[in-house]
Amino acid sequence: MISEPETSISTAAATDIYRAIVEAAGAGDFPEHWQRLQQNLEKLGPRVHTRFREAQRLLRENGAIHNVFDQSNSNRAWQFDPLPLIFSVAEWGQLDQAMIQRAELFNLILQDIYGPRKLIEKRLLPPELVFPHSGFFYPCADGNFPQPQQLNLFSTTIAKGTDGNFWVVDDHVSPPFGAGYALETRVIMTRSFPQLFEGFRVHRLAQFFRAVRQRFGQLARQHQEYPRIVVLTAGPTHPDYFEHAYLASYLGYPLVQGGDLVVRDSCVWLKTVDGLHQVDVIFSRLADHACDPLELRSHSGGGVPGLLQAVRRGNLALVNPIGSSILANPALMAFLPGICRYFLGTDLKVPSIATWWCGQPRECKYVLENLDRLIIKPIQPLPDMPQSTPGRMTDAQRQRWTALISANPRLFVGQEQVDYVAFPAYEQKQLATRQSLVSLYVTAHNESYQLMPGGLSRVAAAGDNLLVSGQRAGSIKDTWVLTQEPHQQVNLWLRSTSDVPLSPYFVSLPSRAAENLFWAGRYAERTEQTARLLRSILVKLREVKEFGDPDDRISLNHLLQALTHVTLTYPGFVGKDAQQKLDDPRAELLSLIRDIDRSGSLRSSLRSLGRSAVEIRDLLPEDAWRLVDQMQSWNPRVGRALIGSGRMYENVHQLVLQLSAFSGLAYENMARETAWLLLNIGRRLERALNLIDLLNETLVPCYDSATEARIMETVLASCNSLVVFRRRYRSFMQLSPILELLLLDENYPRSLACQMRQMKRHISELPHEANVPTVGQDEEIISSALEQLQATDHKGLTRQISESGSYPLLEALLTDQKKRLQQLSNCLTQFYFRPTQALQQFGLPLREMVL
Amino acid sequence: MNYRIRHVTRYHYSEAVNMCRNETCLLVRETEHQRSRNSVLQISPEATDIHERSDFFGNLRTHFAIQQPHDTLTVTAVSDVEVFPRIYLQKPEQSHPWEAVVEMLRTQRTPDIVSVMPYRYASPLIPLLPPLVDYARASMTPERPLLAAAMDLMQRIYHDFSYDPTSTTIATPLAEVLEKRRGVCQDFAHVAIGCLRSLGLAARYVSGYIENLPAPGQERLIGADASHAWFAVYLPGHGWFDFDPTNNHQPREQHITVAWGRDFSDVSPLKGIALGGGKHQVVVSVDVARQPDQPLLLQQQQSQGPLS
Repeated sequence: MISEPETSISTAAATDIYRAIVEAAGAGDFPEHWQRLQQNLEKLGPRVHTRFREAQRLLRENGAIHNVFDQSNSNRAWQFDPLPLIFSVAEWGQLDQAMIQRAELFNLILQDIYGPRKLIEKRLLPPELVFPHSGFFYPCADGNFPQPQQLNLFSTTIAKGTDGNFWVVDDHVSPPFGAGYALETRVIMTRSFPQLFEGFRVHRLAQFFRAVRQRFGQLARQHQEYPRIVVLTAGPTHPDYFEHAYLASYLGYPLVQGGDLVVRDSCVWLKTVDGLHQVDVIFSRLADHACDPLELRSHSGGGVPGLLQAVRRGNLALVNPIGSSILANPALMAFLPGICRYFLGTDLKVPSIATWWCGQPRECKYVLENLDRLIIKPIQPLPDMPQSTPGRMTDAQRQRWTALISANPRLFVGQEQVDYVAFPAYEQKQLATRQSLVSLYVTAHNESYQLMPGGLSRVAAAGDNLLVSGQRAGSIKDTWVLTQEPHQQVNLWLRSTSDVPLSPYFVSLPSRAAENLFWAGRYAERTEQTARLLRSILVKLREVKEFGDPDDRISLNHLLQALTHVTLTYPGFVGKDAQQKLDDPRAELLSLIRDIDRSGSLRSSLRSLGRSAVEIRDLLPEDAWRLVDQMQSWNPRVGRALIGSGRMYENVHQLVLQLSAFSGLAYENMARETAWLLLNIGRRLERALNLIDLLNETLVPCYDSATEARIMETVLASCNSLVVFRRRYRSFMQLSPILELLLLDENYPRSLACQMRQMKRHISELPHEANVPTVGQDEEIISSALEQLQATDHKGLTRQISESGSYPLLEALLTDQKKRLQQLSNCLTQFYFRPTQALQQFGLPLREMVL
Repeated sequence: MNYRIRHVTRYHYSEAVNMCRNETCLLVRETEHQRSRNSVLQISPEATDIHERSDFFGNLRTHFAIQQPHDTLTVTAVSDVEVFPRIYLQKPEQSHPWEAVVEMLRTQRTPDIVSVMPYRYASPLIPLLPPLVDYARASMTPERPLLAAAMDLMQRIYHDFSYDPTSTTIATPLAEVLEKRRGVCQDFAHVAIGCLRSLGLAARYVSGYIENLPAPGQERLIGADASHAWFAVYLPGHGWFDFDPTNNHQPREQHITVAWGRDFSDVSPLKGIALGGGKHQVVVSVDVARQPDQPLLLQQQQSQGPLS
């Protein structure tokens, strides 16, 4: 371990600093639990810094704080803070009651808004917060919807005021955000900082997720015994895709996108490799309005036409119920106290921060007069909103807000900023105090609600205000809820009488996942082959430069041309101005290595691998996914002049090793199920196609014997087969044994015949939907391709020489094999991947709501 | 008066559609001014998953799917309707001043008032743009009785806006209609509704048909034999009053109501999602005919039926 300089954390003086921090934070007279945490921290000493780096790296690599495929520019730059936020038994008891009350209240509001609307009649809720709100869905309010549709998941963000009281600053319903991050943070804490837990009894989170699973299972209206539940995501470009995939795999539900689902006969079906499977419950992580493009007319895509009809007919339950986004409205806070007294006959156990809704003249006036110190929020998502910057508003900003609010007062609220407690935090190797917010999560459970004993705490950066900077700023940290009870081992998967059993349904692989597995296999192989070929070329390039042997030059040229064919980067080294490029291949080579936007380049193939892999990251071994993620930043900074130097070679070589590690990890860790079969079929198919292209370019033409020997040697090297060949044949380079090895030897893992044989075996193991008329076509194609190879005599392939100087029989065989492989690829696409067709809407224009 | 209405919508696709899912709002609803004797949908090719329901606004809505490849979709609605003469007992000059109505809508919470609240705010196709208030003010003079003011608004729209089927599509935003002062029945209804809502009144969009009855010496009514649209304004204690700004009069016996909502988007006659299909072409034809026991004056068919 690298020794770290001592810092304030482990010095004796830290105790006093720590004590001062905690006392200043209003936690009273240095409660026992903070004292213990400080002791644990002290025991850990400087190791805390290395552990911190490790935790930060884990979070990053898992994609929790960094999503390379995110296109939303949400710019999340979460840091990890290893110091947990700790809640005592007494404090938590108070919050537990308050959150359950709040969830029940929000549920009652939801029932009322989509039902009798008594709250409006009783003047407890202004109609402006319902009828024109973008979250109020008229199609869900017509009395044909199954009632009641209970609010299933609910999340609230709280702050602790300097007076010691808790305040609610935010409520989330659709879709609740962050429970997966809370889980991930805990996993990382126990992995990287087990010592900090010493002497603490911290509530575990598994029980909460077990309640969630139980609840989801109860929502199924059919298949009660084996409810079919999926997690619906907008896909890898969504900033929270990590959480979607994480929760799906933790809860054991397939992760699907809109295109994976189809509505037939008012039921929702999942397209899988072995046919359609009915879905009973969707845990939707799509925006509410994006669920059904037919009835909700959303621009955003990703939904399933007919989803609302399936709900209406009682064949589907959605979590949360569709239409819940009516509750995503900060103006509700202004009316909650009255609503609470009306429904529950009591006061709110934890109040919301003071909120003024501008739809009321007096409140509006107050907000306009106090723009400088209030946080201004729209009551529904609105385009082009400026950032609210209380305390540092310029005149222009003030005018902008005044104009916006005055034009549409009902769309805005002003909220009080609270002075909230600063808790101990770890920042840049120092202890500090930082204001923290905690998001709490509630699930419906046995007629009431259950609170997750933990949460996601977010810490503001110095001088920043989380209430303003939003959900993606600052650091995240674990939240500990202390318990006096001894630990109970809770296993999420433990079956009890009331719990929901697992279903064989999970074995079915969604078609889109199948397609991505197939392509991840193909791209991984394609990238690896390209990298290997480039590696051979770089060696040859150096030899040409050093020895100036004309035979080396000829074989280099053939390799370069093969590279163009294999990567389909025409015209490249085979086009009209090829001679010039062959004379100085450096610019073209550099482009084929580094130009990410050039299809066929190494980095472009790497990116394609990443894009396929991210879609199936819940199915890949964790470490395999990490490798793919790491490789996304591969970009050798070597200029054109140095391309023949060892540095570029070393870079490409490292990449080959990483790609090999990826295939090894997949090979060693994936169960031999459909997912693995498809990944491997993709890899085999690609390897076979690459080999055919390479041999077609290099070995079909005839050469004089000196050149031929060089070329054959290079071909063997780029197929990783030079050593095997030398050991086995112990002879000079001869074409016929090379063809035997690379084409026909079924037992040699780099040969064409071996790829065919493996594909044949895998394809026979794939689930086959019985009632498809073309069933078995894929097996026929691969069998006949293999038989053709088996019937080939390697000596016969070079018997004829054409007038133009090539081996026509070899060429014919390769061409024929390639055609069969392309047929096979099309056939698999049709059978297993059920390509999604584009949706088109008609009958109604889409116009944006304009302010 | 008895009518038989035949409303045919036909979609042609350049490539086969494998599956489509649709919602129609074509069946004629009951109102206090009309009785729907028989209203049926015919769908070709054969539809599945057909479900009829009454929507939030009380309109008859039909959901259906076609789960087989097809390149043409034809939806035909045939309705036999009896329309009663509307008698406007309320004299426009005697209705409440419009400001008093706004105040009632703002402060009262009776079931009637709550039920018209959806019609008081901006809706998907009717943003409450500032020019709407300016335009409305000229009709909504202080203390003017609501119905008289609404009548005036209707007349001004009739005179200020030119009827021009080439000028707008259903995708033309309200702002552009206001600026160019051109449009079709749907746009005129949207303008009027926007004006009334901007001042805090409740106004709704009515879709339906109008009978083409060119009496000798009279002008042909625009919008005959096509879908038609107009607006209605709510007067507490009395209900909804319809105005047709395209034809500059209040509907009596020749307007057949199909549905109403906040704007066109709530009552789109046919909307759908198709899987595949390439480009599509749509042809609409509407035929409004008096029933044979009545003097049969005219039966017309129009191949391309734009909204009037």
